[in-house]
Amino acid sequence: MELILALAIGVLAGSGVWLLLRPRTFQVIMGLSLLSYAVNLFIFGMGRLRVDAPPVLEPGRAADLASHVDPVPQALVLTAIVIGFAMTALFLVVLLAARGLTGTDHVDGREGET
Amino acid sequence: MIGWSAHLIILPVVIPMIAGAAMLLMDDSRRIWRARLGVLAVLAQLAAALALLARADAAGGTAGVYLLGDWAAPFGIVLVADRLAAMMLVLAAVLGLAALVYAQARWDRAGVHFHTLFQLQLMGLNGAFLTGDLFNLFVCFEILLAASYGLLLHGSGTPRVKAGLHYIAVNLVASFLFLIGASLIYGAVGTLNMADLAERMAGLAGQDKVLLQVGAGVLGCAFLIKAAAWPLNFWLPAAYASAAAPVAALFAIMTKVGVYAVLRMGTLLAAADPGSGGVYGAPWIFSVGLVTLALGAAGLLASQELRRQAAWSVLVSSGTLLAAVGYAQAEVLASALYYLLVSTLAIAAFFLLIEIVESQSPAGASVLALTLEAFGLEDAPAGPDQPDEVVGVTIPAAMAILGVAFVACALLITGLPPLSGFVAKFGMLAGALRGAGPGTPISGSAWLLLAVVLGSGLAGMIALVRSGIRTFWAVERGAVRLRPVEALPMLGLLGLCVAMTAAGEPLMRYLDATARALHAPQGYVEAVMSQPAQRPAGQEDAR
Repeated sequence: MELILALAIGVLAGSGVWLLLRPRTFQVIMGLSLLSYAVNLFIFGMGRLRVDAPPVLEPGRAADLASHVDPVPQALVLTAIVIGFAMTALFLVVLLAARGLTGTDHVDGREGET
Repeated sequence: MIGWSAHLIILPVVIPMIAGAAMLLMDDSRRIWRARLGVLAVLAQLAAALALLARADAAGGTAGVYLLGDWAAPFGIVLVADRLAAMMLVLAAVLGLAALVYAQARWDRAGVHFHTLFQLQLMGLNGAFLTGDLFNLFVCFEILLAASYGLLLHGSGTPRVKAGLHYIAVNLVASFLFLIGASLIYGAVGTLNMADLAERMAGLAGQDKVLLQVGAGVLGCAFLIKAAAWPLNFWLPAAYASAAAPVAALFAIMTKVGVYAVLRMGTLLAAADPGSGGVYGAPWIFSVGLVTLALGAAGLLASQELRRQAAWSVLVSSGTLLAAVGYAQAEVLASALYYLLVSTLAIAAFFLLIEIVESQSPAGASVLALTLEAFGLEDAPAGPDQPDEVVGVTIPAAMAILGVAFVACALLITGLPPLSGFVAKFGMLAGALRGAGPGTPISGSAWLLLAVVLGSGLAGMIALVRSGIRTFWAVERGAVRLRPVEALPMLGLLGLCVAMTAAGEPLMRYLDATARALHAPQGYVEAVMSQPAQRPAGQEDAR
């Protein structure tokens, strides 16, 4: 499980960084989205990976550390998802405004030499 | 129950939040009321910040620790108002007041919801200065960034949108780095409370220590992007130069938030490690600061527009600060904090001044003048038969005021006597040259600091004198009008800088105590960790 999660984070972050460095605004926003998924999974992983261990107390389950995971990273992920989502939406608006004002989807507002 | 005075600490966050929300409910036709409410809210923040400042100084360091939700330290989020935080709150409120009054001239009508965004920006700034929790710091950063995106784009237009796109992309990546760093630290240490973190660091060993160091490094990168340190600062000049003047003036404190975070986390992380010399990763911060400073000076020389010069001087300011923080010596830090106050106020005043000047002259006139000079295309020299008409030009009073203000800005930014910029730089360099004690040889890094700081001052002076001559001694100029609502905030900021020169001694005493407390953070840690929860009687077992 650790390997799969690590690979997933690595692939998401790698693709995200590559897309982020591309010259089109749409590629940049896709890169930012992928990067935010990678970061969210990473925060989640920092709470240690455990199977069948909920982050909240439940009736009928022993209230000890062995049967629960750390709830804090999950709360952090939730906050990070909300903030990341809002920022992506805002970036999308600016992206469309830039497209409308400059007439190109290049990040510098004009086509490169190539 | 706790007394009302204990809630003073949360006021700088709550006031702008409520004011900003209330403005959303007001009808657009009541714009004047929005503006009045905004000014009132900023005045209230200023009063709260001054009260906190007085209390922090009287209590010997910490004005108080506020437990949000009444959870004791490592479990809940805490707000801590120590000397440094109180000082930054006052600075933010002063800048906010000047920018907001200036904006009433016309900028608050250039787009929607200016006043709400402005209050939210102040809320994020105040929260970032007050918080004692790493993740809460992230949230406050996001609040102030989200508001700053809106403010940067205020007034719209192609240059702003283009610069805003880069600004948002860079800051989003910085936020991701912040998250990675914070979660690595949490994974290694198991706490997000900064004071608790400083305490628990001592017990770390092996893999956890490596994880923490990686986390601190990544977090440092995030802070340095906010502080506009080289090589992560190329977004800044375009963004700041294209922002509306009051927005740019308020943004002068945005890079200082990054410096503040570096300083706060750096000193706390170094608390458990006596070998680090007081600031975590000090050699890196020092060298990055020097390169930023050199780059800023080069940019000042290279830029042709006054606005871009102001934007580059932001880099000069944050480079100087980072280098001084990285020098990791309490005396240098005290003067660096003085420099922080002076340079922030001076750059904000400079941004306001530039817009007043540029609104008087045809667009691009000064650029044209500098380009002409660069290519040697001066006006045809007056021949012997032509009487020189320029002799005895009458300078109108308004223009004289602007000219004097420009000279004051240039003196403050480059650090020449007699104004407070000189006092700050002199204090920093004298502290560095004095070194650890009498008799010790002057270190190589002190010489390096001296050379780069003085060199950048010279470069800045050359650049500003050149553009000042071209702007203020130009002959073709119509009637100059100076509106009080525009001139007063700008002159007020400069007046504060002058007053800081006169009131240097009490100010330096305060800053000296601040710097010493930062380099010995045990007091901060104890204050946070020993703050008891204020449960009402009879509810001890409710939790």
